[in-house]
Amino acid sequence: MKKIVIEPVTRVEGHGKVTIQLDDNNKVIDSRLHIVEFRGFERFIQGRPYWEVPVTVQRLCGICPVSHHLAAAKAMDVIVGVDQITPTAEKMRRLMHYGQTFQSHALHFFHLSSPDLLFGFDADPMIRNVIGVIKKFPELAVQGVMMRKFGQEIIKATAGKKIHGTGAIPGGINKNLTIEERDSFLKDMDQMLDWCRSALKIGKDYTVENLDTVASFGSFDSSHLSIIRKDGAMDLYNGGLRAIDFEGNKIFDHVENSKYHEYIAEEVKSWSYMKFPFIKEQGPENGWYRVGPLARVNTCDFIDTPEAEAARKEFMAVTNGKPNNITMAYHWARLIELLHSGEKIRDLLNDSDLQGTDLVVKGERREEGVGIIEAPRGTLFHHYKVNENDQVTMANLIVSTTSNNEPMNRAVRKVADEYISGKAEVTEGLMNRVEVAIRAYDPCLSCATHALGKMPLIVELEDADGNIVDSKTTES
Amino acid sequence: MTKILIIGYGNPGRLDDGLGPAFAETAKQFNIEGVDTDSDYQLTVEDAVDIAEHDIVLFADADVRGPEPFYLKKIEPAAVVSLSSHSIKPQALVGLVKESFNKEVEAYVLGIRGYEFNEFEEKLSEKAVQNLNAAVKFIKPQLESAEFCEIRAENVTW
Repeated sequence: MKKIVIEPVTRVEGHGKVTIQLDDNNKVIDSRLHIVEFRGFERFIQGRPYWEVPVTVQRLCGICPVSHHLAAAKAMDVIVGVDQITPTAEKMRRLMHYGQTFQSHALHFFHLSSPDLLFGFDADPMIRNVIGVIKKFPELAVQGVMMRKFGQEIIKATAGKKIHGTGAIPGGINKNLTIEERDSFLKDMDQMLDWCRSALKIGKDYTVENLDTVASFGSFDSSHLSIIRKDGAMDLYNGGLRAIDFEGNKIFDHVENSKYHEYIAEEVKSWSYMKFPFIKEQGPENGWYRVGPLARVNTCDFIDTPEAEAARKEFMAVTNGKPNNITMAYHWARLIELLHSGEKIRDLLNDSDLQGTDLVVKGERREEGVGIIEAPRGTLFHHYKVNENDQVTMANLIVSTTSNNEPMNRAVRKVADEYISGKAEVTEGLMNRVEVAIRAYDPCLSCATHALGKMPLIVELEDADGNIVDSKTTES
Repeated sequence: MTKILIIGYGNPGRLDDGLGPAFAETAKQFNIEGVDTDSDYQLTVEDAVDIAEHDIVLFADADVRGPEPFYLKKIEPAAVVSLSSHSIKPQALVGLVKESFNKEVEAYVLGIRGYEFNEFEEKLSEKAVQNLNAAVKFIKPQLESAEFCEIRAENVTW
């Protein structure tokens, strides 16, 4: 028996390793994606005053600190007894959140996934990278940089600063958007939307033109989960939980955030530091689900911005209105959300509530709060209990990549079975297919510390005795 | 006038990982003409836009196992074979500036030795502070003259 190890998995965020075990006939008998996730944070936060938490949680992750900032702030709104923040506060938070989604999705497409889509899975790895994109499609690479910068500047303007932003506070926000800040963004808005449209066209055309290949690539039927607005619209900032099965039947709908733990449980497995969440009524074996752009486009009834809604209809038409379970369709869905985020940013910038001065609401203190938000990579849960001394006594976080843990493992197994099993020689192109399947999910495997000298994520090929016979180790 | 950009990067909420931003913050207080500073959790592709507007860029970061108290190394543009928003390397970023913005900048990495990274605290260890101070003392006159002198160490892997 042999085992393939891919470490690090490249063009994903953070650290990880894939092992694929083969028998003597090179048939795949097992595969696993190992994720090293730092789990100490939930203990660290205990004893801290609750008002510090929206800032402190940003220490958890340098990749999507805004998502943690906002999820914690939403939980702390509940703690301070506020069920509805002011229009200015909510719209500032939404602008921050759509800015985060915009820059994250733009970076993933232009710099992480586009090399696979533009050059093909088997292209020379010396070309199949962002420099290859820069050389062959220079305008795309620059667009990616400029879109990322646009989103980051929005975050800076709404959160106050790049590192450890303080914008969202329990019960509201601590600043509004000045006219000068607004106008600096509005002058670039049309250009940003144009680039969103052209990126979406690339993602859609790639999926439709290669449907024969991508339809089965790392794909499987699954349930999907996200928050959803009361009227069924996609809402990345606020809403109740909705889960649907692979055919679109609702498993639960509009579940209050505070009751998530009645519907979602988490399982621990010996070979991974990461937890495996599942839908309680379906149990750990069958209750796993997908989150993120694919899940969100599948769960929503509609998108409330016109161009993204038109794109959603085209997307759903591919699977005759039923949920799309194609793993590679994550890219197309992500680009629909990119355009949606752009449309939302434009609409918010034109809303004078952003210049309002009513920023914070106070209420009667409560002991427990849950905040759930749709981070770029999927549903993010923050749950806290606070004692009479204002200290956090319990914290539970379910991060997006954790929910996609089982689906990513299944995608790896599907690709390994289809492309690696039985092959006498495992080429770089075949190994890359495993990474392509993982990258579709845009997983964030970060532990937030990155100092020089630290290594990122690993695919290993092991024999029956666990001896590594081949491996791929590329720095991410 | 030579335009210099200092980018200090790292997560100040993870102890000595905050050495880069701490260096940038200190340098900012000197108010040296022609010197701009920026701080972030990590280097990101959009930094290329700001770098392209300068002549010299200095990347300041914590180093896990580099020489004490710090090193300064000139770097050359490198192909961006792979990157994420999490881990683009200074060499790759300078390569991106050259390839995408047609600008060749002089670039240096300042690696300040850190020791503690694995707790969620916003403070630098005592030894890291000493190393930071040594780096500041060494770099400040170079910022003023816009001329940089490398300090090499044999046990550093580039």
